[in-house]
Amino acid sequence: MSGATVLGIAACGGYVPRRRLARRAIVEANGWFNPALRSLAAGERAICNWDEDALTMAVEAARDCLASEGVPEIDTLLLASTTLPFLERHNAGVVRAALALPEHMMTLDVTASQRAGTSALIAALQARRGRPGGALVVAAEQRRAKAASAQELSCGDAAAALIVAETATPIAEVIGAHQVAVDFVDHYRGQHEPFDYQWEERWIRDEGYLKIVPRTLRGLAAATGIDAARIDRLVIPVGRSAALAVAKAVGASPQSVCDDLSQRVGDSGAAHPLVMLVHALEQARPGETIVLVGWGQGCDAIALRATGAAACGRAAGGIGRSIARGVADTNYMRYLAFNRLVEQDQGMRAETDRQTALSAFYRHRDMVTALVGGRCARCGTPQFPAAGVCVNPECRARGEQEPFRFADAPAHVQSWTADNLTYCPDPPQYFGMVVFEGGGRMMADFTDVDREILAVGAPVRMAFRVKERDLRRGFVKYFWKAVPGRAPAEESGGDRH
Amino acid sequence: MATGIRDKVVVLGMGCSRFGERWDKDAEDLMLEAFDECLADAGIETGRIDAAWFATAMDEVNVGKSAMPLAMALRLPLIPVTRVENLCASGSEAFRGAVYAVAAGAADIALALGAEKLKDTGYGGLPQRARGVTNSLVIPNLSAPGCFAQLATAYAARHRVAPADLKRAMAQISVKSHDNALENPRAHLRRKIDIDAVLRAPIVAEPLGFYDCCGVSDGAAAAIVTTPELARSLGRSDLVSVKALQVAVSNGQEAGHNSWDGSYVLTTRRAAARAYAEAGIRNPAEEIAMLECHDCFSITELVTLEDLGLSPDGRAWRDVLDGRYNADGALPCQIDGGLKCFGHPIGASGLRMLYEMYTQLLGRAGKRQLAAPRLGLTHNLGGFPYQNISSVCVVGMLA
Repeated sequence: MSGATVLGIAACGGYVPRRRLARRAIVEANGWFNPALRSLAAGERAICNWDEDALTMAVEAARDCLASEGVPEIDTLLLASTTLPFLERHNAGVVRAALALPEHMMTLDVTASQRAGTSALIAALQARRGRPGGALVVAAEQRRAKAASAQELSCGDAAAALIVAETATPIAEVIGAHQVAVDFVDHYRGQHEPFDYQWEERWIRDEGYLKIVPRTLRGLAAATGIDAARIDRLVIPVGRSAALAVAKAVGASPQSVCDDLSQRVGDSGAAHPLVMLVHALEQARPGETIVLVGWGQGCDAIALRATGAAACGRAAGGIGRSIARGVADTNYMRYLAFNRLVEQDQGMRAETDRQTALSAFYRHRDMVTALVGGRCARCGTPQFPAAGVCVNPECRARGEQEPFRFADAPAHVQSWTADNLTYCPDPPQYFGMVVFEGGGRMMADFTDVDREILAVGAPVRMAFRVKERDLRRGFVKYFWKAVPGRAPAEESGGDRH
Repeated sequence: MATGIRDKVVVLGMGCSRFGERWDKDAEDLMLEAFDECLADAGIETGRIDAAWFATAMDEVNVGKSAMPLAMALRLPLIPVTRVENLCASGSEAFRGAVYAVAAGAADIALALGAEKLKDTGYGGLPQRARGVTNSLVIPNLSAPGCFAQLATAYAARHRVAPADLKRAMAQISVKSHDNALENPRAHLRRKIDIDAVLRAPIVAEPLGFYDCCGVSDGAAAAIVTTPELARSLGRSDLVSVKALQVAVSNGQEAGHNSWDGSYVLTTRRAAARAYAEAGIRNPAEEIAMLECHDCFSITELVTLEDLGLSPDGRAWRDVLDGRYNADGALPCQIDGGLKCFGHPIGASGLRMLYEMYTQLLGRAGKRQLAAPRLGLTHNLGGFPYQNISSVCVVGMLA
């Protein structure tokens, strides 16, 4: 291996929520009102569990990415999304904390356009040239759509993460990028508006995709010298038919147009270009030219060359693996309830006040957001939570605990239950005693439960999730939950239920 | 060197309200109902009480904080009154306070009263309660049945009991308590059930079904205690005496250290060992004649029988199915119906258990009277298996 480094993608990862809602279920429920929806009934879309959102998916995608080998030291975190849970509270800062990345770093939310993901990537690439270390670019989106809208069918929830670095072993080397800004309002979402407002699709295709994207790609060709005919993988998240038309307009081969994942995931908005890119990188062969397009009030285009270096080619990368482990779902009412699109009677137990004491949260921010407990320096016992007196009855050392993060510790179930009494948006509430194999334990909520594998002694992995939502005050409380099953790296492959 | 509480304090009188959905009663009415019986039984005037302990757990739906609700409801004569709260073990704590005050010589006559008004929440089951601002950041979205259900999963795993066998033994526990409550006019749930009904019932928290869970009730219970000497001076001869009074409180070991496997309640074992030593009991399985344990859920009773040393580890489920703990068995358990059927007004429950032991020891239990029991045990548990308060009390006739 030569010592020469190039600017590029050092690692990638992705996450798609487990549940896949059959579009047929949506259409069956709404076809009476809008028969035109029937033409959109094919395939399925990824939907968040009730305890997922853009932040939790971002954390999962980033964990997948950071689990790659040879990851450089991260000094920058860019979080791209138009569906961040907080308008004010630094969302990227929550992701940083959940990943237990250092405090001394740049964190930035990039938002307000569907090309936030690609723009964040370009910004990270430009800022990284000639600098050591790496930037983590994460894009995640959980788009809300009105019931019976076309967007409800076409959208999907997903996240992707990339590490940008000057490295000797990139997955993909960056060749160049080009950006065009045009105030083309194909859709928008005003402040305080829960849903997008969208203009006619034919106009968007003819005046938008087919004019602005080719203009951008010609600009990219001029900047990089890459002929469209040489593109091996064209990642262009504007729908299959428009993507093919764009390819034709610029002289790229139709074979180069990548799977837009519309049949398995849906359009994940600002995250989608990066989700598609990670999916492409998981399959790319060395030497392939990849062009990535981001669309939204203008256009981004980035040219990359896949290298097939060690960090690449993980047999089952985050997107491919997530797609494979999807669970079919036909319960449209549950989707509506999770997204608060119906006024559901949740029972009196749901009325409990969920205010968060922000001062207490701040004192315990490492425990809550990063799942950091303590490890006794004297006896070596990991314990959660950290405490002034060691929990080991044989030790009881005072004031000798160092921080110990449990998020990635191997764990299994000691005891569990499925609780129908306590209020849960998706009953029953599974929870139980989780035992960390190196020491330490906690009574924890379970999520994404596969009943087939839940048993005493079964492995679990910890995941960052929404603990509860304080709808009265607009606050989201996050914590870690146990997901039955092995950590992704230990999975042999995807099973489809 | 502590000498223990054995035979230093006797019960002068006890009272217990009817338990149930007392829609027409306030907590104060229930306090008076238990207190009036208790006072009449003790044969004294209110003015003779030197100090009082008041147990109530759920101030969110109940009478609020402090001891004042008791002092006001009973119009106590400006004496020291203390509110105690240790979750579902609160009633035993009130008793302990009163007994200790008498043993210490700080009071000649002391009152312990527990009361709970639970049926003003608008929904079934226990009220939602505050967990504290820091706890609420990390505590799971749990319920009491969910936590106790895990005793069953861990017990079955530890002792390799087939889930169906364990479920049947748990069902027998509930069937037995329903049978027992038929003879108790103050019990909340007085209806015979059979094992099939238990097995068919809807699941509350796996594997606990509807009939594996105790009643949530309104009610109150009270005890007046004094010294043996003072009791005799008041003309009393047959005296029920406190033989042991022990409490063990979790320090986080079960919840935080991997030495606990979840199949038993650590504190109960500790409190029982100390109580047996205090009472001079060498072989509890033989010497204890009857018990009221904290059967908040059927599995709690089953596991407690082993934690108290009354069945060998891994054997309780067989002993239960063999009828050892039935009313006509070798060691009758929950003769009054227990939490399961007498009901569970939280602050009152520990005192309600003592009320049954007292009644049985004095031969006043009517149709459910056991033949000459010598020692009775109460076990009162607050919290969840993984962190809790466990109280064990032994009472018997003063020699």
